[in-house]
Parts: sequence; structure tokens; C-alpha cells
Amino acid sequence: MFLKAFAVGGAICTIAQLLINYTKITSGKILVTFLLLGVVLQAFGLYKYLVDFAGAGATVPISGFGYLLAQGAIDGAKESLFGAITGGITAAGAGITAAIVFGYIFALIFRVRSKKN
Amino acid sequence: MQSERNANFNRNYNDYICSVAPKTKEARTLLRAFFVGGTICCIGQFIRFALEYWAGLSGTELAAYVSMIMIFLGAFLTGIGVYDRIGKYAGGGSIVPITGFANSVVSPAMEFKSEGFVYGTASKMFVIAGPIIVFGVASSVLVGLIYYVYFLVI
Repeated sequence: MFLKAFAVGGAICTIAQLLINYTKITSGKILVTFLLLGVVLQAFGLYKYLVDFAGAGATVPISGFGYLLAQGAIDGAKESLFGAITGGITAAGAGITAAIVFGYIFALIFRVRSKKN
Repeated sequence: MQSERNANFNRNYNDYICSVAPKTKEARTLLRAFFVGGTICCIGQFIRFALEYWAGLSGTELAAYVSMIMIFLGAFLTGIGVYDRIGKYAGGGSIVPITGFANSVVSPAMEFKSEGFVYGTASKMFVIAGPIIVFGVASSVLVGLIYYVYFLVI
């Protein structure tokens, strides 16, 4: 399982590095691209197979975040219209909350280091 | 006349820079991205196994806890300045994992702390993470609506 996670996670990051090397896409746009890739793949029901195969190798990259959003929306859509609209952010709520809370706390605690090294 | 000469200078200068500047070693950057990205995912997998074993979590709850811990680690490493060094080494290998998302939140938040805790830290946090949340939530609503109509029709 660790080997699978290593291989798939590494492969996804290598694709990102290829984009960085051969195109002029900035890192922010690469994140958005991979997120949307995860959403689209899961919208067709495909990303789930990658998650089943590679575990954290598929969920830790940002495309796994997209998978979570899409899957939440699909699960919500089974229930009601309200579920269809709120399902995505409900599923991704833990990650977004963690990013906001931990991000703010650590930004308050730590100072910017000099960028010499 | 003057501008033409300037353009010429600029072109010559660019050619010169391109000939002198070191070329990124393609294969090496790819290998590094693969290695670091894979390692980060293995750490995630380890946390996944550990939580499954000791806390008995499963399904979406397990995935949510894993991503929260990974975000915590990413934010912490960015705070102490380690993550930027990893990023310099790994490029895409450190951007794409969810720890890179945490890095993109903490980095500008620390950078703009001098502009105040509200309009500095709190608003600049989302310089890079904002578009991710916007596109992510918008696309998930789109997917949800399409599936809702799909389930209605069927």
C-alpha cells in the first residue's frame, strides 16, 4: 500500500512538475487545474478507483480535495436539491476549516525568515 | 529610432541571459518532484493506517482527519521555514500535495503580517487559496446540480 501510495502520489507530482517545466503556468493555477481535474474525474466516477487503488497517494494531492468536493455533491444530490448545493463544501469543510484555523494561528506565531538560504 | 534601438538592446540582452543562465535540469526536477511527492503521500498513508488502527476511524471521517493533520503539518513546517526549503528542492512535488495548499495559505499570511492582523494576515491568507476554494465550491455545486437533475430524470 505504501508503494502504491508512493508511486501514484509521485506520478501526480511529476505531472505537475512537467507542467512547470514546459509551460508558463504559475503554481496557483497548477493547484486550481489539479483540483478541477479531481472534480471532473470524480464527476464521471473515475477518481474513486484511483483512491481505492492508491489510498493516500490519491487523496493527499490536491486532486483528492476535488474528489472529496465532487463526491460530497453527488451524495448530497441523492438526498435533495439542498444537499446537491451544500454537499461539496460540507465534505470539504474539515480541510478548509483546518487550513483557515491552523493557517491563521501559525501566521500569528511565526515570523518570516530571511530568504538568504 | 530610440525605441527601436532599445528593443534591439532588449533582444540582445535576453539572448545573452538565455545563453548564460543555467538550464533547469529537466530529468532531475522530475525525479525530485516524484520522490518528494511520493514521500509526502506515504506520510499521509502512514497517518491513515495509524488512525484506522488506533482510533478506529473509517470512510470520509478518516479522510477528513488525515487531510486536517497533513494541513497542520504543512502549516507548521511553513511557519518554521522548512517547507520553503523543501519547495526549492522539490518544485511540483511540494505544491500539489495538500501540504502545499497549507503552505499557500500560511506563506502570504506571514508575509503581510506587517499590514495588520485583519487586512494583512486575514485577507492575504487567500491570495492563492481563494481561487482554489472558489473554483472547488463552484464546480462541486455544478456537479451536484447535474447529478440532481440526472437522478430526477431517472
